[in-house]
Amino acid sequence: MHIHKLEKIWLVFGIGMLGVFLLILGISTFSYGLEPPSAHQAVNMENLYDTPPFDELGLNKLNDKEYEAILTAYVFGFNTGDEEFTVPVGSTVHFKATSPDVVHGFEIPGTNANMMVVPGIINHVTYTFDEPGEYLILCNEYCGVGHEIMQTTITVK
Amino acid sequence: MNTVQQSEQAFDKKDSKLVISHIIFAFVALLIGGIAGLLQGLVRSDMIQLPAGIGYYQLLTAHGVLMALIFTTFFIIGFLFSGMSKTLGGKLLPRARTLGWLGFIHMGFGTLVATVMILLNKATVLYTFYAPMQASPFFYFALVFVVVGTWMSAAGMIYQYRYWKKEHKGETTPLTAYMSIITMSLWVIATLGVAVEVIFQLIPWSLGWVEGINIMLSRTLFWYFGHPLVYFWLLPAYICWYVMIPKIIGGKIFSDALARLSFILFLLFSIPVGFHHQLMEPGISPFWKFLQVVLTFLVVIPSLMTAFSLFASFEIYGRSKGAKGLFGWFKYLPWKDIRFFAPFMGMLIFIPAGAGGLINASNQMNAVVHNTLFVTGHFHLTVATSVTLTFFGITYWLIPAMTGRKLTPKMHKLGRMQTWVWVAGMAMMSGAMHIVGLFGSPRRTAYSDYNGHPDAAAWEPYYIIMAVGGTVLFIAVLMMIYNLYKLFTLPKGYEEYPIGEVSDLAEKPPKLFERWGFWVSIVVILILMAYTIPVIDILNNPSGGSKGFVTW
Ligand code: HEM
Ligand SMILES: [Cu+2]
Ligand SMILES: [Cu+2]
Repeated sequence: MHIHKLEKIWLVFGIGMLGVFLLILGISTFSYGLEPPSAHQAVNMENLYDTPPFDELGLNKLNDKEYEAILTAYVFGFNTGDEEFTVPVGSTVHFKATSPDVVHGFEIPGTNANMMVVPGIINHVTYTFDEPGEYLILCNEYCGVGHEIMQTTITVK
Repeated sequence: MNTVQQSEQAFDKKDSKLVISHIIFAFVALLIGGIAGLLQGLVRSDMIQLPAGIGYYQLLTAHGVLMALIFTTFFIIGFLFSGMSKTLGGKLLPRARTLGWLGFIHMGFGTLVATVMILLNKATVLYTFYAPMQASPFFYFALVFVVVGTWMSAAGMIYQYRYWKKEHKGETTPLTAYMSIITMSLWVIATLGVAVEVIFQLIPWSLGWVEGINIMLSRTLFWYFGHPLVYFWLLPAYICWYVMIPKIIGGKIFSDALARLSFILFLLFSIPVGFHHQLMEPGISPFWKFLQVVLTFLVVIPSLMTAFSLFASFEIYGRSKGAKGLFGWFKYLPWKDIRFFAPFMGMLIFIPAGAGGLINASNQMNAVVHNTLFVTGHFHLTVATSVTLTFFGITYWLIPAMTGRKLTPKMHKLGRMQTWVWVAGMAMMSGAMHIVGLFGSPRRTAYSDYNGHPDAAAWEPYYIIMAVGGTVLFIAVLMMIYNLYKLFTLPKGYEEYPIGEVSDLAEKPPKLFERWGFWVSIVVILILMAYTIPVIDILNNPSGGSKGFVTW
């Protein structure tokens, strides 16, 4: 099959760029740990609130400035335990979430924290809060008639 | 001489009836979907509240189903049947036409039932119907009717093709028919996934025959279908760009063989890639996500080929008319011809649209835009502009060609105005969606000020632009419906069904391009490679199935 000379140049250049681009994506994914949220741990939906870690919702301090935040997304809210999250500036927070009912989303606008919250599986996302403020946490997957009111906050100070 | 040639080329009456029925159905869906879209824009900006207990998500379900599934599919099947009839023997075989009508009836019935269930608020699950939200079983049965109907039409087209092949041993299939067969093969292979989801998971579960549903499996089956769906919309537009546009401008097809190769590559690389819609989900390993991301990006190759060949045929034509300089050919294009102008605007908008798609699919970068209005802005450029404007452009010659009428200068003008209004409305709406999406505003969400949170307050100006753009866009929908009506009242005459000729220098495509067994096997191998291990993983999820929820 004959390919025009200019088209050859165009394709070689294009495919070359594509190769470089995919290489960068791959390296940053696997060598720099920038994997998309892909946790694998199953959890039983039926008695979710008796099953660790969801029997104790809320923040756990792991280290200096490192926290684990256990929460559920349900119709129509986020269950963060007794109070909304508060952490000091510079904290790294590992969010662990699941759902007792339908599929939800977990998103903190203005950050890269974004994940799907699927019943029956735990998902994780980690974010380091370098700026103080009251961050909005919202549901970004349609989950029913009250979807737009699902929200909570994490305060960084 | 001229009259003989014209009557020879006039379209078979029975075939045009089949084609026109599909096109009209598609435009009715566009109108109803457009009303829903208009209201969505107004609700999201808090300009109106919906009366009479209609829910925002009910509208959104109707909009998604009628636009993404019904408008597109009906238009595509009608258009492809017309091309099969035109290029494979001048008319459809009785059996092919019967299959087409059976398909039309099944799809139409399914659409009506689904719409009624949505209006009754029994299926407010959006057009992706994610489990464990559980719609009425009637909604799922309706979807089966739509899909099975498309299979009947596909069977009709394949029947016509095989008959032609038998009668024309050793000849190369006309490009239009070849591309149509690839498009329908892609569709059939893709819909197998959603058919398995609906028939073996959703229906038994919604009828109460089984208690639990494997949520991740249902999502994976859906997206196995959901990505090739977008190529099913795009490939018919590419048929217009590759085959019809060169003829309309008076030029030649740049390379027949490369056009076929690019369609084969689309077939190969548009199916084993559904995980790029599930990048933010648990239960799928980063390795398999990344593998499918790489496969996703391989469609860049046929896209580059398409872009090259389109602009090459423009340039060759312009130069043949005496164009000078690097871009001098540009002004020789027939800008006043709506058959060219509307699809050309579609092509132009495909450049930013495609760039947005690369961002969406970029593995970790997806976290910035996933489920935000950026994505909604993106596909209003791809399907709702590039594809839709191309379909409009096709309509302007297809209806006259089917009904024995002739386009008038006034009709061209109405078409150009309609196109401009669409582009202007979309630039506003989609532009605002892209920007506010980058700020984090979620898609598929009714108006909310999030308890007065300042982030949400900053989104409001963009919502206003979205609403204004949506209103302009709705006016463009009305203009198109008016134009469609006008097309049926054009003066009697003859309008060409434009089928491009291959440039003299191009050679015959290799025989291998029509060895379907070979290509389908490669598709199957790629699918098995990309999906086997992650699906086994999903099937082994020990958490058990989920019961159904009605949360609306
Ligand atoms: C009058 C023209 C249109 C207007 C005003 C409009 C408006 C909208 C709006 C505001 C949304 C998003 C709502 C949300 O996420 O909360 C939306 C979603 C959508 N639109 Fe359109 N649109 C129009 C035409 C089209 C066309 C022509 C198509 C496709 C051919 C289309 C396909 C879709 C799809 C697939 C969705 C996503 C539905 C979902 O998320 O479930 N739209 N539209
Ligand atoms: Cu939600
Ligand atoms: Cu996709």
